[in-house]
Amino acid sequence: MPLGQPVPGWAFRVRERYPGTYGALFVPPQLPGKKDLFIEADLMSPLDRIANVSILKQHEVDKLYKVENKPIVSTSDQLCFLVRPRIKNMKYVADIVNADKAMGRSRKYKIIFSPQKFYSCELVLEEEGIYGDVTCDEWAFYLLPLDDDLLSMELPEFFRDYFLEGDQRWISTIARALQLLNSLFGPFANTYGIGRCAKMVYEVWRELVEESEGDSHARRPEISHVFLMDRDVDYVTALCSQVVYEGLVDDTFRIKCGSVDFGPDVTSSDRSFKVLLNAQDKVFSEIRNEHFSNVFGFLSQKARNLQTQYDRRRGMDIKQMKNFVSQELKGLKQEHRLLSLHIGACESIMKKKTKQDFQELLKTEHSLLEGFDIRESTSYIEEHIDRQVSPSESLRLMCLLSVTENGLIPKDYRSLKTQYLQSYGPEHLLTFHNLKRIGLLTEQAPGETLTAVESKVSKLVTDRAAGKLTDAFNSLARKSNFRGISKKLGLIPRVDGEYNLKVPRDMAYVFSGAYIPLSCKIIEQVLERKGWLGLEEVVRLLNGNEFAPTEPVMEENPAWEAQRVILAVFLGGCTFSEISALRFLGKEKGYKFIFLTTAITSSARLMDAMLEAKV
Amino acid sequence: MVLCAEPTVSLPLNPGEEGGGTLRAVGLAAGAMNRMKVDEEEYWHSSKCKAFTFDDEDDELSQLKESKRAVNSLRDIVDDDDDLEKFSWSGEPVGSISWSIKETASSSSNAPEGRDSGLQKGSSSHPALPKQASSYSISSFFKGRNKLGSFQSLSDALSDTGVKSYAPELRRPKAEYKDYTSDWSPKDTVRRMQRGKICSLERFRSLREKLMLLDEAVAVHDGNVITAILIFLKRTLKREILFQELEVRQVALRHLIHFLKETGEQKLLLDLLRFLDRTEEVALSQYREHLSIQDAEKRREFLKGCIRLPFSSEDAVHVLDHYTLLERQIIIEANDRHLEAAGQSEIFRKYPRKASILNMPLVTTLFYSCFYHYTEAEGTFSSPINLKKTFKIPDKQYVLTALAARAKLRAWHDVDALFTTKNWLGYTKKRAPIGFHRVVEILQRNSAPVQVLQEYVRLVEDVETRLNLAMKYKCHDVVIDTYRDLKDRHQLMAYRCKVERGSAEEDKIDSILSNLQIRWKN
Repeated sequence: MPLGQPVPGWAFRVRERYPGTYGALFVPPQLPGKKDLFIEADLMSPLDRIANVSILKQHEVDKLYKVENKPIVSTSDQLCFLVRPRIKNMKYVADIVNADKAMGRSRKYKIIFSPQKFYSCELVLEEEGIYGDVTCDEWAFYLLPLDDDLLSMELPEFFRDYFLEGDQRWISTIARALQLLNSLFGPFANTYGIGRCAKMVYEVWRELVEESEGDSHARRPEISHVFLMDRDVDYVTALCSQVVYEGLVDDTFRIKCGSVDFGPDVTSSDRSFKVLLNAQDKVFSEIRNEHFSNVFGFLSQKARNLQTQYDRRRGMDIKQMKNFVSQELKGLKQEHRLLSLHIGACESIMKKKTKQDFQELLKTEHSLLEGFDIRESTSYIEEHIDRQVSPSESLRLMCLLSVTENGLIPKDYRSLKTQYLQSYGPEHLLTFHNLKRIGLLTEQAPGETLTAVESKVSKLVTDRAAGKLTDAFNSLARKSNFRGISKKLGLIPRVDGEYNLKVPRDMAYVFSGAYIPLSCKIIEQVLERKGWLGLEEVVRLLNGNEFAPTEPVMEENPAWEAQRVILAVFLGGCTFSEISALRFLGKEKGYKFIFLTTAITSSARLMDAMLEAKV
Repeated sequence: MVLCAEPTVSLPLNPGEEGGGTLRAVGLAAGAMNRMKVDEEEYWHSSKCKAFTFDDEDDELSQLKESKRAVNSLRDIVDDDDDLEKFSWSGEPVGSISWSIKETASSSSNAPEGRDSGLQKGSSSHPALPKQASSYSISSFFKGRNKLGSFQSLSDALSDTGVKSYAPELRRPKAEYKDYTSDWSPKDTVRRMQRGKICSLERFRSLREKLMLLDEAVAVHDGNVITAILIFLKRTLKREILFQELEVRQVALRHLIHFLKETGEQKLLLDLLRFLDRTEEVALSQYREHLSIQDAEKRREFLKGCIRLPFSSEDAVHVLDHYTLLERQIIIEANDRHLEAAGQSEIFRKYPRKASILNMPLVTTLFYSCFYHYTEAEGTFSSPINLKKTFKIPDKQYVLTALAARAKLRAWHDVDALFTTKNWLGYTKKRAPIGFHRVVEILQRNSAPVQVLQEYVRLVEDVETRLNLAMKYKCHDVVIDTYRDLKDRHQLMAYRCKVERGSAEEDKIDSILSNLQIRWKN
């Protein structure tokens, strides 16, 4: 039984209703004639999802190149660059144009920014002396439908730009994406959210709505609720190992723009396959949200069924056979291929996970989430580092320890940091600095164990007073307050006996029954309570910045209420585990969730974003 | 299960490699396929979470294997590779853009510039663009684009000459022209900039107005506009004034810092950080520059200069270590390259180096030195003991690394010595700062013989773990002795069936079973 039936074609309806977003030119008529197109690597996969080479060819694109740090070999008279608005891309174009100038060569150049142009980019063009030699355009490509219920802005850099550097340049971009959805499916009836960025996006979006109020026709809203959330409200969930199938595939092979490259070890042949992973894949759509332990059973059942269906052809007469071949065979063949790929993927995952002691790893994570055996977990992490197991994995565990414990005690922080630098290289000093700034890996202020003081105080005085005291501490150290939140929201389910992963009772199944993802729990609670009422303590522990509609629009029609469509917006990325959890919740409560995220994220991607690139 | 099966040591060059790769290719990290039943049960009983096992003999894997066989057996019925590409799940391999770019890359790298069109066999267009029609009709979405909200250039915005259009294709509605001559308030100016419309900033000459602009941009949360205004402020204000004003405007300040980082205006960035008294960031920001220095000697020089930067006391030690390590590596590298080239040293002949040791992490360097320079006197720079002392490497880390290196070379004697300690009476005893089960794991992965293995299996403290390891690696003696110590006659009898008939092990079991001194518990 698949979890969470996706709304048929929800995200694809975006494309249907707003073809302009997708069709709108890579190569505008302003640059007629043959041209070479240079595409930034990060835009290749998204572009692949909506166009192909023959379309580009119709637009007289001759050759395609990747934007990379190499001298170009193009002989074309016209060069077109499709890029993200980044300074380094401007310098890349400038180098080409200036090299041409030096050689006395004249060509036409056009830069197409996706999704928009930034003033700072133009400044670089100006400073490089090529302003005017280059024409600029924008390709307002905000939303990429990755699946029936999933829209991505494909802006992974948003996470670092905003949460680490404090740069707000993408906020209006996101607001515009929201406004686009609002104009296609809106008006949004009830908008909730939490987080500083969420609040800003909400405000900017409201402005846009008011501006365009005139042209919105009074129609029935198709999206009843919107929930905006900052990634830094919940780092814990994003830092955990994923164990639902889609998440595990992402952690193991890295799903890129909705598709994955299965190498020879999966395909058991000498070639790799690029496989689209979405609701169209009949096998995948049934296992994607399942806990990994259920997947084997499902696949073998499926294999048996397939066998039976093939076997049916024995004893068919000619007519039946004809029917079989013309109607069923193709479907069976495709199913067969999919099945063998997913079986191959499972095998490969198991091999990899066994090698790295996955059990022990999960056990450590669960201890950290529940907050016991902290010493033991710390020494497990230490050993991980000493053995030079993958650098991002070690870092992730340290962050999980820090975020769940409100920072490492100074002695541990120093010792783990030293060992990390010794194992993986001293330049990670910079990584640690970044992690500290963003609050993922911090050191408890020496001399005071905040939690100890707090718990003592809260025993003595009323909750209210203790709350004020915690606020005072908050300003000293940025705390994640995970323990307190976990307790308040009951994130660690109490289960007598075994948690049945085959018939999950709550969202905790996405983490083997050990933990209900905080982000999803917040959404559940707010929807249930139609606001933040009764969650004051949680909100305080989450550092505030919550918002809700002043007068929630109550649905008069109960039938429609049952079909609530909720747009969950993740600023800074969401994980496949969170998507699975909310699909489950939707199925339980009769909601339909659709997702808008700045990008798909995972613990490894979070860690990568903290590295300092070699310049 | 050995990560790196070949006998040579390999030192991968890229420590930042993604995924689960270990830095040294010695199979330290790999876990055993057969998880110990006991371990597992212990865990899954202590936890309420349902286990899903990765056990080799587990039902689920065999189930999976079975399904795989079933599916594979169907292959000959359905196998026709040629229609593969028709399925969407194959990710449209031929027509795809990424594929085409790869083709362009390879064709252009093969063909020298200028000749490349000649190589294209009569086809006037590029061969990488197949003539096949699109399989789905996105082309229908393709229409010429209306110029909607593309905003004007900053340069236009900064010029005070009114209308000026560099880009003829950016057609503006006529009605907009009048905007440029109007006097927009800071608030309106920011609003218009938000919409990408042109506004002259040069008019805002008083500090008060400039700051109103900035505050307004911050108030509407538009980072793009904030940065644009900061660029204007940076051009028209003296540094000290700008810095002072930014100190009380944290949001704007962060934007400027990020902008300076991105454009690489290091000098101004450092001035700003100094002004703000963020000394630690000044130090780190300078230290960061070493990443772009490729030449080892130059990098060393640069790091030397970093030592006196105002790091935190903790980081100062790390940076000093970084410098010392690279200095050390340069010496070792020069020396060893020479040794290897001369062909005199047996170890280098037998195990040629795969990569340079320069810029490797300390632990990798230690591994290298345990591999090639294990017996060297403490006085030399390349000796492991010297490294351990210089960098205060903890015992645990040292033993793990030395063990991995010596096991890789199958130098069992060295392994033995690593764990042997003598007390003051001269008795020897085996001790390890890491669990002996780890030692066993590492030895096993380096294919240590049973005689070596069993010595360490015997030292595993936990009885259950010991028994499991002993059985897994066929250390019969250890199993037998453990059962004897447990006085478990039943298990011993059961085990008798598992050893070879007529073997020494069987004899041993028999003699124990017939020993009347033992008071069996069952």
